[in-house]
Amino acid sequence: MKIAHVLKKRKRVSPGQIVSLIAFTILCVVLLFPLYYLFLASFRPTQLLFREGMALGLNLEQMTLDNYAYIFSGASRYANWYFNSIAITALYTMSALIVCSVVGYGLAVYNFIGRNLIFGLVLFVMMIPLEILMLPLYRIIIGMKLVNTYAGVILPYVAFPLGIFFFRQYAVSLPRDYLDAGRIDGCTEYGLFFRIMAPLMLPAYGAMAILLARKEWNNFVWPLVVLRTGDKYTLPIGLASQIDPYGTGFQVLLPGAVLAILPPVLVFVFGQKYFISGLTVGGIKG
Amino acid sequence: MKSRALSKITGIFYSTRLAPYVFVLPFLVVFFVFFLYPTISSVVMSFHNIVGFGNWEFIGLKNYERLNNVHFFMALRTSTLYTVLTIAILIPVPMIIAVFLNSKFMLARNFFRSVVFLPALISVVVAGIAFRLLFGNTEVAFVNSILARFGREPVRWMLNHTTGMFLMVMLGTWRWAGVNMIYFMSGLQAIPSELYESASIDGAGVFRKFFGITLPLLKPIAIYVFTISIYGGYAMFTESYVFWNQSMPGGIGMTIVRYMYQEGLLQNRLGFGSAVGVTLLTIVFVINIIQLRLFGMFRKE
Repeated sequence: MKIAHVLKKRKRVSPGQIVSLIAFTILCVVLLFPLYYLFLASFRPTQLLFREGMALGLNLEQMTLDNYAYIFSGASRYANWYFNSIAITALYTMSALIVCSVVGYGLAVYNFIGRNLIFGLVLFVMMIPLEILMLPLYRIIIGMKLVNTYAGVILPYVAFPLGIFFFRQYAVSLPRDYLDAGRIDGCTEYGLFFRIMAPLMLPAYGAMAILLARKEWNNFVWPLVVLRTGDKYTLPIGLASQIDPYGTGFQVLLPGAVLAILPPVLVFVFGQKYFISGLTVGGIKG
Repeated sequence: MKSRALSKITGIFYSTRLAPYVFVLPFLVVFFVFFLYPTISSVVMSFHNIVGFGNWEFIGLKNYERLNNVHFFMALRTSTLYTVLTIAILIPVPMIIAVFLNSKFMLARNFFRSVVFLPALISVVVAGIAFRLLFGNTEVAFVNSILARFGREPVRWMLNHTTGMFLMVMLGTWRWAGVNMIYFMSGLQAIPSELYESASIDGAGVFRKFFGITLPLLKPIAIYVFTISIYGGYAMFTESYVFWNQSMPGGIGMTIVRYMYQEGLLQNRLGFGSAVGVTLLTIVFVINIIQLRLFGMFRKE
């Protein structure tokens, strides 16, 4: 009885729904195909791959882990790049979170002379592609003796304007009553931030951390300028350095690319909610 | 006495009037050191011939005159074409996908959302490696092997201007469609559902609702996506670098940022490279002002 009731209430699936389901399934197959092909190819000896091509089915007998063994043997710096990528992504995400939250909070909570001007500057910087400044920035980094260092990659971008904007929007909506209560209890302005307001902004930290980490993990142009030697490369730079017109680098490129995809995809699977909220801040809600 | 002076200083540091400036200080430092100073120095450098490190020679507009060469115009053409093509694809397609994946009518929409967004997680370099594999020059490479079945000759994808542009646009579309979809989706979710309900009562069909309600209300998001696409299109570098990182036969895939990188860093012509950069900055700026004007964004503010 009960089941019949549920079934009756359930909406019928219309032909239009079936058609769009099929269309989107095809779209997804097309979108995922390059990754599937990359994955499959990473288990194939590269010489065979270029001489004979590759069948599309999974064939465990013909798959080999040789390429993966190669990138972790002494012949390749791959493990180095992986470490650098993790270190730079972690350091950048932490420092940018601190800077962006502090500045965004200051802009949101206080009324002070020059506030609108500074906020205007934040919005202005957001509209300029910073790649354009790579030559003078490179000279500054040379002057600071930061060429080929993590700090050289990280420092120019710690005040990520979108991040400041995001934290400002978030902090504006926080309740102010806590602030006055804290002041009466003798809390300093900095204490108010670290003890009361920053903990209230935890969801914002989560969303921004994911956005910043994704951005830095895949960052290319500026690290390419700053990092000069193979032992300091990040994954994208290291992989790009192995690309050549004759296809000889694929033994490193294929397994290397597959393993480089893993961290962001794992974070995505476990933190989807934060992903989307972090992305939509770029919108024009402000 | 000493401790008193010290406590006075700490008193100022802790005062409510100074605190906001302490909070925004990190931004100001980064802004002056890594944005304003480089911007000004870029303009100054573009008027100089810079040899080695300390050797600056003022040459007026000579660097800009030198922009009048085949390579620069080719780079300008490539960047502009790439920008136009990606905008033509990356606004309508993600918008339609977002409309479908936002509608209750769609089955398994959360799954599809995740899959469409997935490429945005992946580095352009990694995606480029996959595309190089699919669009290899040999006859056994995937796309060429399909062409062969239809009796077509293998295409040397990376050695031709048209197919080279096709590769970059494909890669860019694959990588960025998911991000734009999310933007449009957030715009769609801001549209009150009562509008659709009352339109249904008035007897409006699906298409009437799309063109009468959805499209006009998505306009601000579309303008935003348009703006960042211009920015992204003209700043494009990596999509070209993964296909032609060492040699660029016949200048295929040479974009403006690539040209600046090549001249300024690899050839060490900082002055000339800066002139390229300043020109690019001006182009992006002017286009954005014009389009924001056209779409009437300033009136609203």
